Amino acid sequence: MIANFGFGVLFITFLVTLYSVFAAIYGERRQIPAMVESARRAMLLTWPLITLASGVLIYLLVNNHYEVQFVYEVTSRSMPTYLKVTAWWGGQAGSLLFWSWLMAAFASLVTLRKWDRDREFLPWVIVVACVTMAFFIGMNVFFENPFAQLYQTFEGVKPYTFRPADSVLFTPEDGRGLNPLLRHPGMVIHPPMLYLGFVSFVIPYAFAIAALITGRTDDRWIRLTRRWALWAWLFLSFGLVLGGRWAYDVLGWGGYWGWDPVEIAAFMPWLTGTAFLHSVMIQEKRGMLKHWNMLLVILTYDLVIFGTFLTRSGVLSSVHAFAQSAIGPLFFAFIGFTLIASVALIIYRWSSLRSETEMTSMLSREALFLLNNLLFMSILVVCFWGVIFPLISELFTGQKVTVGPPFYERATSPLFGALMLLMGIAPLSAWGHSTVKTLGRALWKPAIVALVITGVLFFTYTQRVGALLGFFLVAFVILVTIYEYWRGAYSRQRSQGENVFTAFWNLTGRNRRRYGGYIIHISMMLMAIGILGIEIFQVETQGTLAQGESLEIAGYTVQYKEIASWSDAPAGVNYTRSVIDVYRDGKFLGELNPRIDYYFDSQQTMTIPGQRSTMKDDLYILLVDWEPVSSTGATFKIYVNPLVNWLWLGSLLFLAGVVIAAWPEREAERVAVKARARVQQQTPSAAD
Amino acid sequence: MKVIYAPKLLAAILIALALAFISSPAPAQGPTPTDDEVNRIAKQLYCPVCESTPLDVCPTEACRQWRDLIRTMLAEGKGEEEIKQYFVTQYGVRVLSEPPNRLVTYLVPGVAILLGAFLLFRGFQMWMKPSITEAEAVDPERKPVQDPYIARLEEELKKQK
Repeated sequence: MIANFGFGVLFITFLVTLYSVFAAIYGERRQIPAMVESARRAMLLTWPLITLASGVLIYLLVNNHYEVQFVYEVTSRSMPTYLKVTAWWGGQAGSLLFWSWLMAAFASLVTLRKWDRDREFLPWVIVVACVTMAFFIGMNVFFENPFAQLYQTFEGVKPYTFRPADSVLFTPEDGRGLNPLLRHPGMVIHPPMLYLGFVSFVIPYAFAIAALITGRTDDRWIRLTRRWALWAWLFLSFGLVLGGRWAYDVLGWGGYWGWDPVEIAAFMPWLTGTAFLHSVMIQEKRGMLKHWNMLLVILTYDLVIFGTFLTRSGVLSSVHAFAQSAIGPLFFAFIGFTLIASVALIIYRWSSLRSETEMTSMLSREALFLLNNLLFMSILVVCFWGVIFPLISELFTGQKVTVGPPFYERATSPLFGALMLLMGIAPLSAWGHSTVKTLGRALWKPAIVALVITGVLFFTYTQRVGALLGFFLVAFVILVTIYEYWRGAYSRQRSQGENVFTAFWNLTGRNRRRYGGYIIHISMMLMAIGILGIEIFQVETQGTLAQGESLEIAGYTVQYKEIASWSDAPAGVNYTRSVIDVYRDGKFLGELNPRIDYYFDSQQTMTIPGQRSTMKDDLYILLVDWEPVSSTGATFKIYVNPLVNWLWLGSLLFLAGVVIAAWPEREAERVAVKARARVQQQTPSAAD
Repeated sequence: MKVIYAPKLLAAILIALALAFISSPAPAQGPTPTDDEVNRIAKQLYCPVCESTPLDVCPTEACRQWRDLIRTMLAEGKGEEEIKQYFVTQYGVRVLSEPPNRLVTYLVPGVAILLGAFLLFRGFQMWMKPSITEAEAVDPERKPVQDPYIARLEEELKKQK
């Protein structure tokens, strides 16, 4: 009964989204503002409705209603309540509902803004948001009903939306339980973050389409959605980082990124989104690249849908693709429809999207940003090709192939290197025009210092060419960025008489977008240190140790002391926990406890590493095996991952950078207005 | 006595050793390969079931058996390529971490990237006004058109120096 109520609410929501689409189009075509307003209110209604449907699902999850197929598949009696709630996005049907819920929240937030000057965009923003929502809710209603119940029929137990004739409701004693890998705190927040990133990129797309349809193709839509795009980028980036951290802590292969198709699926919209965030600046500053920006936001939207499709369709199975179904063709059709319709609109508005100014120098900032876009798109091409190549191969040759990390690493490394180089050069180039001389003058000092640092690293740390090149680029970008930052702060310090910290703080506050961007660049370089460390310098060994025996690796001595296995019946888990003593140069550093958890309900194991983490390196120990050798010892796999902590440190700084760049500038704008008034009376000051 | 028995004893030992050498079978297997030797090969292989998880870290029983097989083959004196080829013959090329035909794998993205670079270069050529290029040639010291913020910053810094 409750499940049927939930389904009913979902079905009504589906109808409401359809009504909103038709009312918005009708109201706009017939110029009936009341109809557009009705469409807006209908859209506002979707969020409470989906919240109600989601509330029903959560009620069913928390109260062990195993007659509901979704509840049976993702929960069990032994799971704590918070995990039963997060199981909402732990399976296919629930996560599609979760997607729609977030989408409805974002769409509502957008429609609640003041539309005074941009009223003409409203109906089309509603249309795009509601078409997207209708697609996802339709998926739930017609194909992946989270409220489907299990019925015993003559053909056995099967899920049905409505009770079939001659059947009885079937309620299993207990559920199968959530995949243990999804019970980790990282996995509890990783999917919501990614989905937040996904859905918030729909908003800039909706405005872009509205701009194309209405013909208002100036940069108004970009200014309106800049902050949305930044937040979307933040969520997506943080979702990716959390996914990496989860993989590092739970998947038990000593790394954070395995070039898995589903990881790549989330990475691809990030690539186009990052290119978009850079190239919109060219449109804002120089009135150029209007076609390109439209294309980038369209690509980002469709890659967002493609990302969800890859995870959900089961076309490409991977460690992430825990749920598979036959909804792939529909996703494919939706992506095709939106892509073709959007590109057709660009072609229709081609002439009004012409650039207002010309490119004047190949070293100007806009030219370098374009080069940056080319590199991002090149990485996208590599990723997309790597993901679809196994399908193409199977389709045309019948031969199944694997495209694994070696392909991606080999193909993307030079592209990432070139991106880093650009990150060092572009901030010092000028809009409109730059010459080799002006750029050289700005760059030579940081370049020399970076070379000196690289030289020191050559004599003290590594002689590997790839690593040295990477470290040079890291040092170069950080130095250029700090130099730029310092020049601004120094100017403030002198003109305003501020101390160095206040000068830095105020400088950032006065131009959040620029300096937030600089902080993001520095954070990327810190992350690059971590990536270089683990990719180039990771060492590993594996061995079976008897009690008291030890293994040596990269200066560490790892001694196996004991192992214990016990069951926690209420939690439904069996733990096997080993005790390892870690020494370096004879000095005791501490105890690590790699373990294997076996979950009775899902009959799956989870390998939890023992980790000792420092900024220099991580000692990462996995308990591989113990059963066959329990009387004599256990098998351990040990990794030493140099510098990997810089990756996580960089992620935190990145978060700070994006928050600074995206923070509302109302106060800053007011100050700027005051400053402009003051400038008219006094001497101009850059630091203000 | 010693003079008489010593050569006999020596001969007996030598014969015994020779017999032992002849009668003992040639060692069929070398020393047991270490886990690291096994993992070095396993890292390059993927089992058809556990997609996206390299064999060296896959915890499933099937993958454990594959690793044991690699160990046995290594002990039999088989080389890395021979072992990889065995798995390819048994399960197809999907066990390899990369498609065997590298040319096709790398050619398509390579051509696409080069095409993108070419289009961008052509775009630059079209966008850049010839008049400005000529002006640059005549006056290489032409002052950059900076954004107002940078211009003000430069001005500020100059003043303070």
